[in-house]
Amino acid sequence: MNRNGTNDHDHDHDLDRLEGGWRELADGLHGLRADPPPTLAPAVLERVGLADAFVTVDGPAGPLLVAYNGRGISATAPGGEEAGFAERFQARFRRPLRPAGQPPARLADQVERLLTPGRRGTRPRYDLRGTTEFERAVLAKAQEIPRGQVRPYAWVAGELGQPAAVRAVGAALGRNPVPVLIPCHRVVGSDGRLTGYAWGVPYKRALLAAEGADPDELERLARRGTRFFGSDTTRIYCYPTCAHARRVTDAHRLTFTGAAQAAAAGYRPCRVCRPPALAG
Amino acid sequence: MEPQPELPARLAHDLDGSFEELVLAHQRLVYGLALRVVAVPADAEEVAQDTFERAYHALAGYEAERVAAMRLRPWLAQIALNLARNRLRRRPPPARPLEDGDGQAMAVAAPAASQPDQLAERRQERELLVELLAGLPRGWREAVVLRHVEGLPYAEVAEVLGRPVGTVKTHVHRGVRQLRATLEAREERTRR
Repeated sequence: MNRNGTNDHDHDHDLDRLEGGWRELADGLHGLRADPPPTLAPAVLERVGLADAFVTVDGPAGPLLVAYNGRGISATAPGGEEAGFAERFQARFRRPLRPAGQPPARLADQVERLLTPGRRGTRPRYDLRGTTEFERAVLAKAQEIPRGQVRPYAWVAGELGQPAAVRAVGAALGRNPVPVLIPCHRVVGSDGRLTGYAWGVPYKRALLAAEGADPDELERLARRGTRFFGSDTTRIYCYPTCAHARRVTDAHRLTFTGAAQAAAAGYRPCRVCRPPALAG
Repeated sequence: MEPQPELPARLAHDLDGSFEELVLAHQRLVYGLALRVVAVPADAEEVAQDTFERAYHALAGYEAERVAAMRLRPWLAQIALNLARNRLRRRPPPARPLEDGDGQAMAVAAPAASQPDQLAERRQERELLVELLAGLPRGWREAVVLRHVEGLPYAEVAEVLGRPVGTVKTHVHRGVRQLRATLEAREERTRR
């Protein structure tokens, strides 16, 4: 930067006043300029979130590719699709993506805790730049659904106070940059069917099965039109996968096709899984 | 003075699109400065990373007009120097001659035998200079490094160190004179 720039003039002026030995010393000092390691610039860009690295981790339904930068986890993809992943990543985020040997220890620990049943810990940070406020609200809501449970798109829309935005919720979940980690697979069709998943419905079923849900049973309930379970001892109705619904024994369990039917029977919605209070 | 005068304007307009250019343009100064302070390359790289990360977040928070008017080189050098000093405070430097009580460099032993290999000789000279530099009082050392190792004009050295230009010139002069004196004394010893 100052090889031939204005500074060298200044520099030389100094040196002119120095006798032979002094000039040698000044040259020696200037020769101490060190070249930065080639790893410096890429590391800086990753830390500020202008470039990403990815690793493969053990996911619940097979290996999972996880991309990250200094702002957080930025993308996921099913394992074995490294080339396609990098291509899609660059097309969507316009940032370089490089494979990393080892994930940062804290990130690896947080992802493991997140994916392991019964383990608690700080959630990983996500880099959700490029998503809208509504999309982030949908993704935040999806993260409230406990492992192994499902809620319909309409539930997410209702919880956000926008009951008419069911399709928008579906679209937002479809744009989830970090599937599996942000569990958009726990959101299902409003009729209860396991529809719509960016990585294919079989992958969604595998994820739910890995979390202890029974995808076949969920599909059966959907086909029969069963939306809610009720308990004739508490007179409360729940989504079928709600922890409270699962505690009700067969003898005390009723099924409802909608909130209206439940209300007509004198049942109130569960305060934990929060099914709709009337038409649903 | 900037390598590309319009970089601050472009950073103000599009930080993400221009930040890599800032890193590439200034990484040699930032890393080199950090290395002369913390001495360990791995630590210097971390200091350099921290410097640019801090710079990025600062630039992201400043008003566009402020960014466009920035003098990036002295600004980055100042961040790097502060972070390097902090790091040095947290971790005492590895055993190497520093200063004795009155700020005078301790004597550095002459190398055992002169190597015929010219490259090895140059490396030895370099190492010696690094060592002598490390032995200067901090204020002098930082001024000498900024002025003579990194080649910054006095006005920028003064800006980085937060001292008047006259003071900085005195510090550089005293630093260089002491380096020279130590080198001469050493030559005397090897000649005898």
